[in-house]
Amino acid sequence: MKTVEEIKSMIEAAVPGAGVEIVPNPSPSGQHSLRLAPSHAIQIAKFLRDEAELKLDFLSNVTGVDWPDKEIAEKAKVTRTVTKTVDGVEQTVDETVEETHKRIEAGFLEAVYHLYSVEKKHGPVVLRMRTVNRTDQVELPSLTPIWRSAEFQEREIFDLYGIIFTGHPDLRRLLMWDAFKDHPMRRDYVEPDDFDYEPTAHDEVLKRAQAHKDKEQKIGNKEQGSTTA
Amino acid sequence: MAVDEGLKIELGKQGVLVTTIEELYNWGRRNSIWPMQFGLACCAIEMIATTMARYDLARFGAEVFRPSPRQADLMIISGTVTKKMAPQVVRLYNQMAEPKYVIAMGACAISGGPFKQGYNVLKGIDRYIPVDVHIPGCPPRPEALMQAFMTLQKKIDGQHLTGEDRPRFLNAEAQGEFPVPVQGEHDLEPASNPGVWTVPVVMQGTGNGDQGSGNSKS
Amino acid sequence: MSLTETKTEKPEGWNRPTPIAPEGEGELLEVAMGPHHPSTHGVFRMDVALDGERVIRLKPVFGYLHRNHEKLAEGQSYLASMPYTDRLDYICPITNNWAYALAVEKLIGQDVPERAEYLRVILGELTRFQNHASSIGFLIQEMGASGTPLMYAFREREKILDLFEELTGARMMVNYMRFGGCRVDASAEWLDKTRKVVEGLPGFVDEFDQLLSSNEILMARTQGVGLLSAELAINAGVTGPMLRASGVNYDVRKVDGYGIYNRFNFRVPLGDHGDVYDRYMIRLLEMRESIAILNQALKEISGGPVMSPTAKIRGLRPKPGEAYGRIEAPKGELGFYLISDGGLNPYRYRVRPPSLINLTILEDMCLGVNVADVVLIFGSVDIVLGEVDR
Repeated sequence: MKTVEEIKSMIEAAVPGAGVEIVPNPSPSGQHSLRLAPSHAIQIAKFLRDEAELKLDFLSNVTGVDWPDKEIAEKAKVTRTVTKTVDGVEQTVDETVEETHKRIEAGFLEAVYHLYSVEKKHGPVVLRMRTVNRTDQVELPSLTPIWRSAEFQEREIFDLYGIIFTGHPDLRRLLMWDAFKDHPMRRDYVEPDDFDYEPTAHDEVLKRAQAHKDKEQKIGNKEQGSTTA
Repeated sequence: MAVDEGLKIELGKQGVLVTTIEELYNWGRRNSIWPMQFGLACCAIEMIATTMARYDLARFGAEVFRPSPRQADLMIISGTVTKKMAPQVVRLYNQMAEPKYVIAMGACAISGGPFKQGYNVLKGIDRYIPVDVHIPGCPPRPEALMQAFMTLQKKIDGQHLTGEDRPRFLNAEAQGEFPVPVQGEHDLEPASNPGVWTVPVVMQGTGNGDQGSGNSKS
Repeated sequence: MSLTETKTEKPEGWNRPTPIAPEGEGELLEVAMGPHHPSTHGVFRMDVALDGERVIRLKPVFGYLHRNHEKLAEGQSYLASMPYTDRLDYICPITNNWAYALAVEKLIGQDVPERAEYLRVILGELTRFQNHASSIGFLIQEMGASGTPLMYAFREREKILDLFEELTGARMMVNYMRFGGCRVDASAEWLDKTRKVVEGLPGFVDEFDQLLSSNEILMARTQGVGLLSAELAINAGVTGPMLRASGVNYDVRKVDGYGIYNRFNFRVPLGDHGDVYDRYMIRLLEMRESIAILNQALKEISGGPVMSPTAKIRGLRPKPGEAYGRIEAPKGELGFYLISDGGLNPYRYRVRPPSLINLTILEDMCLGVNVADVVLIFGSVDIVLGEVDR
């Protein structure tokens, strides 16, 4: 089985201009992944499937991952010229202040592919593709024409995360019903409020129970005419 | 008016059977409950195991499991009811002919079970249809299902044909068809059937006391 | 772009289902088989468009048992997800536990003591046996056998469930594996009981074989039905007995050699035609191979602890990273993909469901056949809805 570096150089030799970079995996499993640029993904996939030594003909698993926006606070020393009153005299002085800049690093959605080879009996080779952001640019090329097993799994990622796979033969929701509007597996998904009784409510559940009780009381006591046992 | 037990036994020894219409009617119904073959998830495997050779459910009268709701008396909801499946469950319940009963088998059917904090899980099927017997467990043992069956039989025995507390199928004013929920954009609409289930009232007791209560009986 | 030349260049769209033209006139009859159906192994729906009796189009619909297992796992610790894995493929809870434990052990680099590995193999092969027996039982029941083979299969399954109950405390949802071993040790009496049960298993397989394999109705209804070629099977990600029935020699136990499987001497049965009868025979033969592995494991089982002394069960915080661990579950390749961000809960927890991926080519196998065969082909895929929908 070739290492990730060897596979990367093979891909770059066969598909010129392909954007491939290695994403290292610090855990003891040692399964490093290759990040592909979406523009050349289909050609790289075809190469990996058909190439004589790799023969990665079996796509085992397609996973969607949500990486939300990160707020990064950076501290920087800034030197500025200000006018200050020193000992009753106005002077222009250089002042060094430490300021905190907050910027938002755009999040993205990711699709991870695990490939094995049935013929050569080796694997896994892990590929990753990232979208530009989480809101409007969420397209990725579909690898279903190369490996049929991506068909249902990419539909599921579309359903639960919202990545639109261009070139997929039948992209519609898999697990949720068609009229459903959200993408539930995203980190910022808010569940609908169908409150139910919890005997030992604590933390978030208790907060939700309180909020629901306040809402109920606002609506009116007549709705609370439930018969007690 | 029931007949005195001692007198019944004495007459029975002489070969004379004395009963009331109500008892006879209920006896016939309780001993031939045909369940509908309605397994949703893991509890369905235990339900199938209950009908197999070791824990034979057929000796209690559940001889055949009918796949069609028109031919069944009992719906054993075994497994998690999801919001995608809930309209189908209510529709099937509506299609069953009266008298019909529901057993909610397993924690998922009672209240959502271990999957309660889920966006697709209905927190208990008794939000939409009236349930007669609840069986806790995950999954409940086959013996628990048999006990639930016997509890249902006892309940049928205690049903009166006339009077205020007569069952639904003899009461012309009781609700016949239960409304089927519609799958909306974020959730089922309506979230529950107010005629069958109401949000339990969380009462402020002493300290942190919460007491849940209040489901209307069918 | 220049690509490496292959010997046989595949035409575009070779792995899509070949469309069938309807022969009759008029509209197609659209039938929804399921979600409430006596033969669909649970809540599963197939939207079938028929031309008389022939299937022109078949679209499966999932999600009726979607219990958001993956989202739940993101909100609880690694250990708390172990009972939920029981409920994935609820006929074989042990192998689900094993796959998850393997994935976490890969993530944290945990070793497992020898006795625990032997216990895992013993329980795993018992699970495989009862799963294949039940699967054959359900298939024959859908053929109209009114439950007799299923009764026989469940009779053996009850004996195996008794063993599980004695060891782990639960018949079905055992919650037995831990990261670094097994939860409870097996006593010598339990091993003796297991040996007695395993002694009775070959007789049962012989009985099953004699009753069913040369049965006229079975052969007439299943031979030549639901053909699946090896190339399409590999490309569609099919694994397990379905793949081996199409003649592809790929068993994760032999390829990865996880656990101590490379110590055991067992064969991998392969099919010739890839039809429903082959899948039935493969399952029957795999039951015999399971008995062989069980006999070897029960003889060689060693003493020692069942949990690794370095194992950390509670408060497990794996270092950031990811791992994909897979096993040969009775239904196919069951894999878990975990991404850890260093916290108590996994950042991403993904189950690779063999049943869902095996259904990718259901449409291909069913096009052009009669509607009565759809039930058989579907039954031969051997799915469990808990795994398909998670």
